[in-house]
Amino acid sequence: MSQDVFVLVEHLKGQLTDGTFELLGIGREVAPQAGGRLVALLLGRDVRGLAEQLGAADVVLYVEDERLGDSVPEAYRRVLAGLLQEQSPKLTLLPTSSLGMDLAGALSVELNLPMIAFCKQLAVQDGSIVATCELYGGRAVVEAEIPEGPGLALVLPGACPADKGRSEGAPAVEEVKPSVDLAEVRVRFKGLIEPPPGDVDITRQEILVSVGRGVQREENLPIVQELADALGAALSSSRPVVDQQWLPPTRQVGKSGMTVKPRLYLAVGISGAPEHVEGMRDSDLIVAINSDARAPIFNVAHYGAVADLFEVVPKLAEAVKNRGA
Amino acid sequence: MLDIVVPIKQVPDLVEELEIDPSGTALGLERTRFVVNELDDHALEQALLLKEKHQAQVSVIALDVGDVEETLFMALAKGVDQAIKISGDFGPAPDNHTTARVLKDVLGGLSHNLILTGVQAIDDLDGQLGILLSSYLDLPYVGLVSGVQIDEGGSKATVLKELPGGVKAELELPLPAVLGIQAAEQPPRYVPVSRVRQAMRTATIEERSAAAEGNGHIRVRRISKPQVGAGAELLEGSSEDIAEQIVGILADRGILR
Amino acid sequence: MVQTASREARGPLTQAFFDRIAAVAEGEKLKACIQCGICSGSCPLGFAMQYPPRRLIASLRAGVMEQVLQSNTPWLCVACYTCTARCPSAVGITDMLFPAMREALLMQGVGVPGELQTALENTFRHGNPLGEPPSKRADWIQEVDVPVTDLSADPREVDILWLVECYPAYHVRAKETVKALARTLHALGADFGVLGQEERCVGDSQRLVGENGLFEMLVEENGKTLDRFQFRQIIVTDPHAYNALKNEYPKYGVNYPVQHYTQYLASRLEELRPMLGELNHTITFHDPCYLGRRNGEYEAPRQLIQAIPGVTFVEMERNRENGLCCGGGGGGMWLDSFAYEYAKERLSEKRVREAARTGADVMAVCCPNDLLRFEDAVKVVGLEGKLVVKDIIELIDEARKG
Repeated sequence: MSQDVFVLVEHLKGQLTDGTFELLGIGREVAPQAGGRLVALLLGRDVRGLAEQLGAADVVLYVEDERLGDSVPEAYRRVLAGLLQEQSPKLTLLPTSSLGMDLAGALSVELNLPMIAFCKQLAVQDGSIVATCELYGGRAVVEAEIPEGPGLALVLPGACPADKGRSEGAPAVEEVKPSVDLAEVRVRFKGLIEPPPGDVDITRQEILVSVGRGVQREENLPIVQELADALGAALSSSRPVVDQQWLPPTRQVGKSGMTVKPRLYLAVGISGAPEHVEGMRDSDLIVAINSDARAPIFNVAHYGAVADLFEVVPKLAEAVKNRGA
Repeated sequence: MLDIVVPIKQVPDLVEELEIDPSGTALGLERTRFVVNELDDHALEQALLLKEKHQAQVSVIALDVGDVEETLFMALAKGVDQAIKISGDFGPAPDNHTTARVLKDVLGGLSHNLILTGVQAIDDLDGQLGILLSSYLDLPYVGLVSGVQIDEGGSKATVLKELPGGVKAELELPLPAVLGIQAAEQPPRYVPVSRVRQAMRTATIEERSAAAEGNGHIRVRRISKPQVGAGAELLEGSSEDIAEQIVGILADRGILR
Repeated sequence: MVQTASREARGPLTQAFFDRIAAVAEGEKLKACIQCGICSGSCPLGFAMQYPPRRLIASLRAGVMEQVLQSNTPWLCVACYTCTARCPSAVGITDMLFPAMREALLMQGVGVPGELQTALENTFRHGNPLGEPPSKRADWIQEVDVPVTDLSADPREVDILWLVECYPAYHVRAKETVKALARTLHALGADFGVLGQEERCVGDSQRLVGENGLFEMLVEENGKTLDRFQFRQIIVTDPHAYNALKNEYPKYGVNYPVQHYTQYLASRLEELRPMLGELNHTITFHDPCYLGRRNGEYEAPRQLIQAIPGVTFVEMERNRENGLCCGGGGGGMWLDSFAYEYAKERLSEKRVREAARTGADVMAVCCPNDLLRFEDAVKVVGLEGKLVVKDIIELIDEARKG
């Protein structure tokens, strides 16, 4: 086993994801603790050019193959399994994303590597991998360790500011040929289905008023819409509201929805499960209104009010209007 | 014949406060109520939808932890063909590596060509069950699935996998396979209590036992509850007071027009 | 009477419905319907039903039920009891016909509105339709300044076992009525206790919504719980609980003397009266369907309001047995979106306008559904500042302090 820390680079439509830089930011801190290098693993069809942006790493290993171009985690898994077997890093960081979640468990079994999921913080202490994890919908914090290592970590979005992983640098860039036959990949990519166009793009809004399960019923939405209108904001939501078909999927914030970073994110009746929080935690200002004082949304909000949204929201809309007038 | 197996997991019911064991390294389970993992309920719904479409045989299978019998009887009441409870020396809170190995053991004696699980659960400290199971069984896996089509011959599945930004990938994989379900094609159905009670009187839960070897090899040092509102400055007072304070904060930051 | 369509021709939905009708004693009474149409004319939501009650019974007797069951009709009934109370042939439209249709739909899993499904699942799992933690049912006791015995923590014999019920125990607004009643009972020196975490939903609305299995489960559980405690009588905050304990629980052998809190307080009016200071309000009163129309109690609430010095009492045009339902009964609390989709106006909105027309500045109620729905409706129709909704116990509590 080496003492290196490996990070899987994730990219979508030719762009590196924020999650990649967050992992690099963590890796930058953990690699010296482990006493090894920070190595970025870049896999894809035509990805050599992305290596330039990975200045935070000491080394970039890239693998190019036609079959790594589509959203087929199994192809990634086969290449990664081979690579990790050969290189044997101390710790490998994967993002909790639609790609990472389809890799970590399989690599854990295939390579007999212990893994920790839902990681918010990571460190190497006296040779052990130590993670702080957010479990039970954010209701418990678990400190777990992999004694000695090696191991895998599935890191939650927002565990580290992405900017910490963006730095100038000139890592050694090395091509690696896959040692596995990708013809054996059993999952076949057929195509991408884009969301129906035409709706508001919530990722481009300066202010979002976001509504969750707490709104209770579809016809209560106008109460929140009125506040959004007063603020000149768009309405977004957590998953349950979209599941009920009260708002279209284009308004969903969080995992499998959109990631948003507005100047103001006003969360109304949203409890703040990690799946939601990962899509909004980088907003400049987060204000939360929820009747449940235990709601984890208050952990990420800058300001919070434990109150009945049906009481506060109309009053707030009124106060905003009065101020404008 | 399409044989669908749905492994379902019990997780603490978050309606009540979590309790921490005096050791500080585990949950206090004595007074904890358990519910089926929400996404496993979606996996079960997806299985029932496929059963209606393809006359599939559906089995649910669960380790004997938490309030598993209630969950299994509810599944029987919803119309699954078989419910299996597995006993063994895996303790009251086995990790997912252990659970996956136990399931693998039992699945060896159970016909299956499609395994549906919830893509994740709130207690997945050592990884997600579905993908671990797929690897122990050496079956193809796709997670974050929100749509499943089975072809005429029952030899392959076409699935929709959720990607960021509302985009979905359409993927095809040969059966047998394991799918991690994010959402069933329709919300999980209601099962009337009389059906559940009837199932409790007339249906049987099959019992199997399996050995649990090894575990996820991670050690829990400490479990604690996060400080509530640790991040937020809490605004107090009447609704009007709160509204005024929020307006003040927004005005200070130049957010109000 | 139901042999017109052959069993084979019936879909599973229709079959489930007819099986249910055949299983209940009152089923036979459908034969007695004379198709006079008073039910349809009386139904506050009949205008929105694809099959109002008269037409529904006609279809049923023709053996053609499939379209009826798949129409909006089954889920629009708010169990206000007006049709049943007025029916010259005593057909059990509210208690038997609608629950049977709903049960068939629930059993076949056809078109169950999501909101309702959540409320039923919550009741099954947590013992209350709101999905609140059972352990917090008695948390309101911490918020009130008089001693309240939680019998689950401190079991002892009491004179009065008070079933608080779900909305009053948990809902931030309805809790105010509970605190007011606790203070008043204390002032009267009543020896009372609550069941705390051992209390579960009484379940009358779950029964009327067709979830008979859930209702029976609740009856069994509550019956066992009540058996373990010693008390002389029950009082309830909610008229629906009153109805179930008075008329339905005895069918399952669970038989205890029960009073709605207004009846209990009216029985102690002579002790209460000297405690009441002046309140200068013009007050009108909305009869809860399950205290008034279903159970014939019109006087107790009126006696309490009129006992408060300074009060001018006015009746709405529709009052007593003709009172208009708030729309929350028979599961209406959990079918609100569904009803709104077809009716486009809530009954509660109509009703608060009627209350405002009396010139009253306070609309008095004594049912938690009424309190929540009318308060909401006052905001929706723009009567804020003109009409205040208060539970009678809140008025008594205020008068007692003032």
